[in-house]
Amino acid sequence: MVSVNADGNSKALIQVRGLNKTYRRGGEPIQVLQGLNLDVDKGDFVAFMGPSGSGKTTLLNLLGGLDVPTAGAISVAGDEITHMSSGRLTEWRARHVGFVFQMYNLVPVLTASQNVELPLLLTRLSRSERKAHVEAALAIVGLQGRADHFPRQLSGGQEQRVAIARAVVSDPTFLLCDEPTGDLDRKSADEIMALIEELVRQHKKTVLMVTHDPVVAARAHTVLHLEKGVLVEAAKSSPGAAAGGAA
Amino acid sequence: MAIPVIYNFRSVKERWTSAIVAVLGIAGTVGVFVAMLALARGFRATLVSSGSYDNAIVMRAGATSEMMSGITLDTVKILQDEPGVARLEGQPMVTSEVVVVAPFPLRSTGTDANVQVRGVSANVLTVRKNVKIIEGRMFQPGLSELVVGRNATNTYAGLTLGNRVRFGGGEWSVVGVFDAGDSAFDSEAWCDSRVLDDVYKRPTNIFQSATLHLTSPDALQALKDAVSKDPRLDVDVAREVEYYAKQSQTFTRLITVLGGLVAAVMGIGAIFGALNTMYSAVSERGREIAVMRALGFGALAVVFSFLIEALLISFVGGAIGCVAVLPLNGFTTGTMNWQTFSHMAFAFRITPNLLAGGIIFALGMGVAGGLLPAIHAAMRPISSALRSL
Repeated sequence: MVSVNADGNSKALIQVRGLNKTYRRGGEPIQVLQGLNLDVDKGDFVAFMGPSGSGKTTLLNLLGGLDVPTAGAISVAGDEITHMSSGRLTEWRARHVGFVFQMYNLVPVLTASQNVELPLLLTRLSRSERKAHVEAALAIVGLQGRADHFPRQLSGGQEQRVAIARAVVSDPTFLLCDEPTGDLDRKSADEIMALIEELVRQHKKTVLMVTHDPVVAARAHTVLHLEKGVLVEAAKSSPGAAAGGAA
Repeated sequence: MAIPVIYNFRSVKERWTSAIVAVLGIAGTVGVFVAMLALARGFRATLVSSGSYDNAIVMRAGATSEMMSGITLDTVKILQDEPGVARLEGQPMVTSEVVVVAPFPLRSTGTDANVQVRGVSANVLTVRKNVKIIEGRMFQPGLSELVVGRNATNTYAGLTLGNRVRFGGGEWSVVGVFDAGDSAFDSEAWCDSRVLDDVYKRPTNIFQSATLHLTSPDALQALKDAVSKDPRLDVDVAREVEYYAKQSQTFTRLITVLGGLVAAVMGIGAIFGALNTMYSAVSERGREIAVMRALGFGALAVVFSFLIEALLISFVGGAIGCVAVLPLNGFTTGTMNWQTFSHMAFAFRITPNLLAGGIIFALGMGVAGGLLPAIHAAMRPISSALRSL
């Protein structure tokens, strides 16, 4: 269950209270987020939409511990992350967050399996355990046969699948997807969204996704719009209607 | 947990054109550094190997080299009976010596260079056991005959076996060639000291040094004690090997300081090369670094990773520099020995320790050139780096 009011479920997996983020540009303060509230339960699939510059990626960065808010609190599974030191936040990210980026952001000099293995290097798993996890993650995204391929040898859709495998391999608490289909054609985008849906449905993953694409957003359980620094719940339309509308 | 080293290996391989600038800069610097030190070490080794642990050299008190020294025949006779001086068939193992310099043309350029001509006692080969006649024979006492060192015969025109040469107003026959184990003696010509005195019209009872063979290396202290207590003697006694080590100090220090300066200036250039390469690596891979940080690799892991990369580049540069100068090892050159004002041949000496020093110097340049870019990479805000192109 997703709520954008401060009186939401106090046992929610992700709780955001009074979140503010202000940037300074040319000496002028720009307030991007203004007292934003959000509750996300385990297993939810939330899409954030909004015009460019509305603060969608900023919100995702704050939720992922990549940036710190000007004010407000974020707690995930009981951990209050806004006051963590940089070192603790780094450890927290490794344990709790899986990132999927628009540009895939695979390390070009590492093979697909080596890219997927990266988060596991931060765990206590043995080499053989890591290998088993990597194979399982690549199997989930359907790329078992591409383990030894370098990113330049893969298509855009395949690269994003590897990125998703990298995001889920360490079984993080939730996934943050920043425009995961933004650089893909419609067919590849559909495949990636089907994969993300499968992660939510079969593997009970919690996914928070930023997108510009209403067709993609419509596949989430909840679509939230960022307007004037706060989240507003959008009317839920069926995926089929959204797809039809876009077509 | 550290970022896997394979990442650095492959990144360097991927960007080899950028890394090559740093590699060549460091290779050049290390090459000069190793070559200069090999020169200094070769010079020192040549002089030090001239001395022996079980020989003592005696000179006038206060004299810093044989050229500045003078001791009388009476002094030599007193020294022969001092404790610690070895005897062979009842005769003291002492060579009293005079040295002069004589000009001979270098084979390489045809220009004259000073050759040290040493007048020695007839028993010199029993005192200096590292010297062996390898061609011809030893000079006959009382005759104008020369035996010349292996380097001398190769370096100077005229000093060849069977030849006759003129210097000091006399005519001399070259009757033998000796091998002194690559020591400074190899650049000298030896003859009977009395004949040399006669030809040069020097007083026959004045020598410049006496070299005494000791009963054992430990006998030096007993000799020194006896000499210092003898009121008839006003001389300094030193272990021969230490005397020659001291002789090498001026030139060795000069070369080391000059070499150090040149290497330091080149090193600064090489560090800037490494800085440029590493900053460009950080700049090109800003998003990769941000992704690593987002995945949970700490700032220290990033610093360590980029340092590893800088060290990898500098190690390759250092190794190339070392390998490039390796052919110089054993290459013979010559220079003026400012203590004796004579030309001395010596070989570049590249030792494993020197090569290790070159690699350490290279790694030092790598750290100096890699640390700031590595810190810069680690400190860049992740969120903005993720948006970089």
